[in-house]
Amino acid sequence: MSVIGQSTSPDLAGDSSPEHVVDPVVRRSGVDRIFRGVASGSGILTFILMGLIGGFLLLKGYDALKVAGWGFLTDSEWAPDQGGKFGIAAILPFTVQIAVVALFIAVPVALSTALFITEYAPRKLRRVLTAMIDLLAAVPSLIYGLWGLFYLQPRLITLSKWMADHMGWVPFFHVDDQYGTSLGIFPSSTFVSGVIVSLMVIPICTAVMREVFSQAPPGEREGAMALGGTRWGVVRDVILPFGRGGIIGGSMLGLGRALGETIAVTLIISPAFTAKWSILDQGSNSIAALIALKFSESSTFGISALMAAGLALFIITLLVNAAASTVVSKSRSGASTEI
Amino acid sequence: MTSTDTTSSNTTTMSSDISLLDPGHKAAGLTATNVACWFGTKKVLEGVNLDMAPGQVTALIGPSGCGKSTFLRTLNRMHELVPSATLAGEILIDGVDIYRGAIPVTDVRRRIGMVFQKPNPFPAMTVAENVLAGLKLSGLKTTRSERDDLIESCLSKAGLWNEVKNRLGDPGRALSGGQQQRLCIARSLAVSPQVLLMDEPCSALDPTSTRRIEQTISEISETITVVIVTHNMQQAQRVSHRCAFFLAAENEPGRIIEEGPTKDIFTNPRDSRTNDYVNGRFG
Repeated sequence: MSVIGQSTSPDLAGDSSPEHVVDPVVRRSGVDRIFRGVASGSGILTFILMGLIGGFLLLKGYDALKVAGWGFLTDSEWAPDQGGKFGIAAILPFTVQIAVVALFIAVPVALSTALFITEYAPRKLRRVLTAMIDLLAAVPSLIYGLWGLFYLQPRLITLSKWMADHMGWVPFFHVDDQYGTSLGIFPSSTFVSGVIVSLMVIPICTAVMREVFSQAPPGEREGAMALGGTRWGVVRDVILPFGRGGIIGGSMLGLGRALGETIAVTLIISPAFTAKWSILDQGSNSIAALIALKFSESSTFGISALMAAGLALFIITLLVNAAASTVVSKSRSGASTEI
Repeated sequence: MTSTDTTSSNTTTMSSDISLLDPGHKAAGLTATNVACWFGTKKVLEGVNLDMAPGQVTALIGPSGCGKSTFLRTLNRMHELVPSATLAGEILIDGVDIYRGAIPVTDVRRRIGMVFQKPNPFPAMTVAENVLAGLKLSGLKTTRSERDDLIESCLSKAGLWNEVKNRLGDPGRALSGGQQQRLCIARSLAVSPQVLLMDEPCSALDPTSTRRIEQTISEISETITVVIVTHNMQQAQRVSHRCAFFLAAENEPGRIIEEGPTKDIFTNPRDSRTNDYVNGRFG
């Protein structure tokens, strides 16, 4: 055995009064300074962009907001150019309804898909599926919209009718139509647009969740396996607690896209300006679709009103994301501990 | 609680019983016959024959990269979790093959527990929940009082009860490294294994914690067969009854060079390489 020489540390105990405390001087090299500058510049740019967008919307929408006053939140119709009232009391609920329908479908599907890819799929299939999910996430929403319009919509209305006929006791599925539940009333509904929006949300949610699940610490995973854990046990007690932040984060990213989705919703809905619980029958709306539909035919004042609506969407999205990040930071997620 | 499995006369308890509380619980013997392992096309272990007798502590020693840990992981089917890992040969627990479907893999791992080199308590669980994690993971139902008994008895056996009895609701990660490792031992004991595999359990710990864990090993070895990988020669001498010395020549798979009672391996080795290793001349 060799003896390892140990240098004796100098006695520091004598010099510990506060006036001798050293203020460490950091001298950065040139490269480090440049990198630091670029990185902090980019970070600050994020804040500037946020401020600029919010400020711009507020400035442009201010004229309309001044005229509408609180009515902007309580009025349902949208007739700024006709000198009428305008407000988001109907289109905001519709926007949220579409997003909720989309997430209601997308989150469970994305969660199971992500778990299948990371936990159950054979290695080769895993690689293929991961690539395909990433590819789907990159497909422009117009493509989903067109496919939804021409292929899915005609097929979905049968499901809509079935739900209206058999689950009408649920307030959301109740259809009150004088002609009964004929197929003709279902195509342009909140439900159909929500389903189509969910299709474009699923890949994004899945991609985020899969990435997080795949980073679950191998030590904990093996620890769970070594205790005789079933696959589901490992998923429930290791993967899901670890991935909680990612599940919420992925869902929020999806919600952001669902709230702002324009083209698919514009293609599907027939604009309505009366808020309602029912999601199956025709007539729906969304802030993004409203802006897209009205933009070209509006006067300066009409555009100001649309900007105000855009501001409302911007604020809603910020609030939802702030709420989500609070949940994430308060959750005792394994993601915050070292591996 | 139902007991259904009485296939082998040696299998004393059904794995789904919480038999730590059951005096009939008995250690099981492990037998490895002609085991070889590959990672991809690289053969890392060859021709390993080893008998790990019930109620004995077997130490696996040898320099880094000689296949000790790989061999240990074949003993409870953790080896196959590594992508591209393959295996040949036969491993029997009380005469029953663990690889060929006679026992479900989750039962294999429950009967043959494992403690890892790096303490890995579940961060999202409290100390108490960590102890019970194995029951939850494998879907076993227990009553409240059974759980309380199990928490106390397992933590006591792991030598941790006195330190954590007032902190059972703290997160497992709040404990010190040595305490975390003992928590992991308690966690393994809770599913009443017949064999406990330990992969350098003390390599990240201070001497006091190490001593506590060695004490635990000698206490549990009456009812649980222990197989321990260690780089610490003194530890191997202190805790083990038998020793197996692994060695891999350059670019060749690891083999067992010599195996026998610990005393013989250290004082009277048959092979000169064993003699060199245990006397610290290489590795």
